[in-house]
Amino acid sequence: MSVFYFVAFLSIFFALMTIFAKNPVHSVLYLVVTFFTFTVHYILLNAQFLAVVNFIVYMGAIMVLFLFVLMLLNLNKDTEPMKSNLVKFMGVIAGMCLVATLAGSFRVLASSEPIVLKNPDIGLVGNLGRVLFSEFLLPFEISSILLLTAMVGAVLLAKNDPKKA
Amino acid sequence: MESALLVEKTILVVAVFAITLFIAMYSTLVERKVAGFMQARFGPDRAGPFGILQPLCDGGKFFFKEEIIPAGAHKFLFIMGPTVAMFTACISSAVIPWGQELTIGERVIRLQVADINVGVLYMFGVVALGVYGIMIGGWASNNKYSLMGAVRAASQSISYEIGMGLSLIALLMVTGSLSLREIVAQQEGFVNWNIWVQPLGFLIFLVCAFAECNRVPFDLAECETELIGGYNVEYSSMKLAFYMFAEYINMFVSSSLMAALYFGGYNFPFMYDLGLSQNWITIIGVLVFFAKILAFIFFFMWIRWTVPRFRYDQLMNLGWKVLIPLAVVNIVLTGIVTIVKDTYF
Repeated sequence: MSVFYFVAFLSIFFALMTIFAKNPVHSVLYLVVTFFTFTVHYILLNAQFLAVVNFIVYMGAIMVLFLFVLMLLNLNKDTEPMKSNLVKFMGVIAGMCLVATLAGSFRVLASSEPIVLKNPDIGLVGNLGRVLFSEFLLPFEISSILLLTAMVGAVLLAKNDPKKA
Repeated sequence: MESALLVEKTILVVAVFAITLFIAMYSTLVERKVAGFMQARFGPDRAGPFGILQPLCDGGKFFFKEEIIPAGAHKFLFIMGPTVAMFTACISSAVIPWGQELTIGERVIRLQVADINVGVLYMFGVVALGVYGIMIGGWASNNKYSLMGAVRAASQSISYEIGMGLSLIALLMVTGSLSLREIVAQQEGFVNWNIWVQPLGFLIFLVCAFAECNRVPFDLAECETELIGGYNVEYSSMKLAFYMFAEYINMFVSSSLMAALYFGGYNFPFMYDLGLSQNWITIIGVLVFFAKILAFIFFFMWIRWTVPRFRYDQLMNLGWKVLIPLAVVNIVLTGIVTIVKDTYF
């Protein structure tokens, strides 16, 4: 349990650092560390496959792409767009709403009974695959089609129109 | 955890670490010797007999060189770059099964640091992390050429990771396990090696491994003629040495991965027909495994002095338009063969 609290503290700490970092590249690097702490959470939950996939996909691929784009953009203080007062004002209101919602939800907070899984090995690869390809086959296939659609769309947007070129 | 296990694992970790560093160190010498051999000259032969002290001299020289951190560089990340590169290179050897069990007295010792049941994916994740070292270093140098090298390294690594992953999926369909120990244990003898059932997959994996290690012909990240030196232009002294060292360690680890996944790891022909005791089989198995690894390292060097560097668009075309479709075809073929075999034989 204490391990969980320590890792949870790290997650929140680095997530906050992601927001507060001035330099966008630092921000992304803090986000990478945040994702690493998520991987530790998955391992604590005995979901090894999810942990490793989170590690590979988020830390290894998506964050590298983020970093890639940010490095090419070469953002610094001079090029930072100044936000108008209206946007700042709206931001303050939205933030206050979020605080009010959170405070309201904490008011009714009560510790629930710990849930004991019937099958603690559900997160191992074999079991996960069996569940995905039998019980949840349709949602699984639909979500993969969704990802494929996004990819085709991205390729279509990036592709030059042969008539214009 | 019992203390004997702790001691055993500590010895194993230190041994694996030492062997990795030793092989990486002498790879630098072997590389230059192989280069000499390919070009009909001697290579380094002054430091000690046949130049075997050359890596020590190089190491000493790197330590005593002046250390320069450019004024415009981001200091912390500049130091983090080579650190991350070296760290990710070193942790990847943890899941490789070096041999079977050794029995000493009552104790059975498995020659593997950690047998996690998603070992293959762990390797894959660590490889994916390796690119951060190059990217952070290239960006923190505050130099356009470094940045270009880093960006090239990142896009190359992401592109070839996909091909590598797809070729591994076909392999996993055959083995049915993600644990490296189990995959190697299945390839007993000689005819069970995965290379016989996955030749196309191995070829794709090999090409991708070259690209992931930033080796010629895919070393676009450190293309001297276009980028002066690539992501490591601003680095000097031991930090530069760490980047180079990490590359050699990566080469060693990918060689051992190829030997373990496709060439039977510690298995050798007729291993149970010679009437040897289990300990002897294990010891010979470890030696055989290292012989296979060294053969792959030699192959890496052989290619380096044979094939010229690709152009960047050729590299991307090869990755996306040749290797990935081939890997998908390989997966489909593997699936068909598996079903036909299960149904009719």
